Amino acid sequence: MTLPKVIRGKAWKFGDNVDTDQIIPAKYAIYSLDEKELGKHAMEGVPGRDTWATGVTQGDILVGGSNFGCGSSREIAPVAIRGAGISLVVADSFARIFFRNAINMGYPILQSPPAAEGVEEGDELEVDLEEGIIRNFTKGDEYRCEAFPQFMNELLRMGGLVPWVRKQLEERRKMTPSRG
Amino acid sequence: MTVAMTMTEKILARGAGRESVRPGDLVLAQVDFAMGHDLTIPPAGKIMREQMGAEKIWDPDRVAVTQDHFQPAKDAASATLGRLTREFSHDMGIKWYFEVGQGGICHTVLPENGLVLPGELVVGADSHSCTYGALNNFATGIGSTDLACVLALGELWFRVPETLKFVYHNRLKEWVEAKDLILYVIGQIGVDGARSKAMEHTGEALKHIDMEARLTMTNMAIEAGAKNGIMEFDEVTKEYLDGRAKRPYTPVTSDRDAEYEKVFEFDVEKVELGVAKPMSPDNYAPLSEVAGTRLDQVFIGSCTNSRITDLRRAAAVLENHKVAPGVRLIITPSSHQVAIQAEKEGLIRTFLAAGAAWTTATCGACLGGHMGVLGEGEICLSTTNRNFPGRMGHPKAQVYLSNPAVAAASAVTGVITHPSEVLDHMPAGIR
Repeated sequence: MTLPKVIRGKAWKFGDNVDTDQIIPAKYAIYSLDEKELGKHAMEGVPGRDTWATGVTQGDILVGGSNFGCGSSREIAPVAIRGAGISLVVADSFARIFFRNAINMGYPILQSPPAAEGVEEGDELEVDLEEGIIRNFTKGDEYRCEAFPQFMNELLRMGGLVPWVRKQLEERRKMTPSRG
Repeated sequence: MTVAMTMTEKILARGAGRESVRPGDLVLAQVDFAMGHDLTIPPAGKIMREQMGAEKIWDPDRVAVTQDHFQPAKDAASATLGRLTREFSHDMGIKWYFEVGQGGICHTVLPENGLVLPGELVVGADSHSCTYGALNNFATGIGSTDLACVLALGELWFRVPETLKFVYHNRLKEWVEAKDLILYVIGQIGVDGARSKAMEHTGEALKHIDMEARLTMTNMAIEAGAKNGIMEFDEVTKEYLDGRAKRPYTPVTSDRDAEYEKVFEFDVEKVELGVAKPMSPDNYAPLSEVAGTRLDQVFIGSCTNSRITDLRRAAAVLENHKVAPGVRLIITPSSHQVAIQAEKEGLIRTFLAAGAAWTTATCGACLGGHMGVLGEGEICLSTTNRNFPGRMGHPKAQVYLSNPAVAAASAVTGVITHPSEVLDHMPAGIR
């Protein structure tokens, strides 16, 4: 799975410190292996957003505030958001495990305090992943995203940690010939 | 010339096979011990075998698996997760597999079995894996793809965190526990106050805080957004590990001239008994501000505050008292060993006589799993770690976080209560 260069979609706006229990309440952890089912319940724990997932159009963009995805380590948090049809998450800042999980999944996330401040719900956005620029067609604004370290960009481009580990395992197999 | 480093930096440098590291460096480091449980092993196992193409794990002796979150299975889907966890552990020959009824909550089970040791680099597929840092190691929570990578390779990528130093002076006052201190600290810095950073706890106040209470403090590092919480190795650490440690270990110390992003100093004698009010762990308030708040449920449990010393304090308060009408008290020991010890000491008898529900060791109600899930509009006082909306059940339920003595006293009166209103003094030696 390679990342598109440009992503377009409608913005869904969330506040600060949205934690993983709000992104996907723990009771849905029983669907850990079912992305579509998780997607149906994404953001359900955010007060006033209990039916949010039903309104998402495939490709929409989620814009969060600071410390997005704090709380639990559950990888089903970014999985549920992806399962709901969100193509990309932008936030003022991310909690570290959510950040790791998204990168490891090869799921694009971007850190952009100006976008988190300027974007309003329903704005039409275009995100240039290579340039790290978000264009807001509704408002005519442009926001810059913070650059990630090179290794993380490589992981994202490769499609996450899975292909990276596959490559490592192949190299190890070459180095240690099987003893039969 | 050697570069001065913090404990966290030294452990990551050693794991990465480097002389030194600096905050912001991305390193590929060897892991000394890894943990997963019934919610995180099934996806990790699937990713490792089906997507990464690994057939076996890097070292079956260095992995622990617990059946704790939704186990004993709360429904048929959880039973499937439990089965997948059991089968994976068996297929991979995982040495430290803890079956239902024999382990308990991962973050109690690993320390009590001497599996996470000073100087080590530990990862767990659970956010509260930062708990282990009280034992002078680098321990952090990871996701399931991360865990799959560690299981396959024994290595993982890390960004070396900046370190925040927390220096605690003086001694905690009577009734004030490590839980109150860490709630106060999180209240001061906020739920993102240490985001992605290391929290290094130090100072003479810690000398008087026992290992179980120290584990309560490092447990909540994630509630300030931290990558890890870590403490120095001292007599308390050594005593706890003697006869328990499963491997030889090498403690680590921060260099005197190590660089800290920020240093916070606290006079702990000034810290009051307190709570975190709904709906965030940083919503600290002194107990006096919320005393009298009506309660529907009191929960004593979780990896934060349900070890044997916590249960002793709760029992001391509950002795010869009854749970107030209209309130339910649920007590969940954090491990099977804790339950055995509680039985030996007669604590369970005290709990049952008081009218408390005593459960098997599980994460249970803490994450709104089972055995104490809250309904709409209910108010709970809980010894757990998180009170974000919906954490323990309905998004409109309200959760206050406190220490176990406050929880026990509040169960007796039915409202948030200072324990001195139920018990004159905590008996010597119980603290």
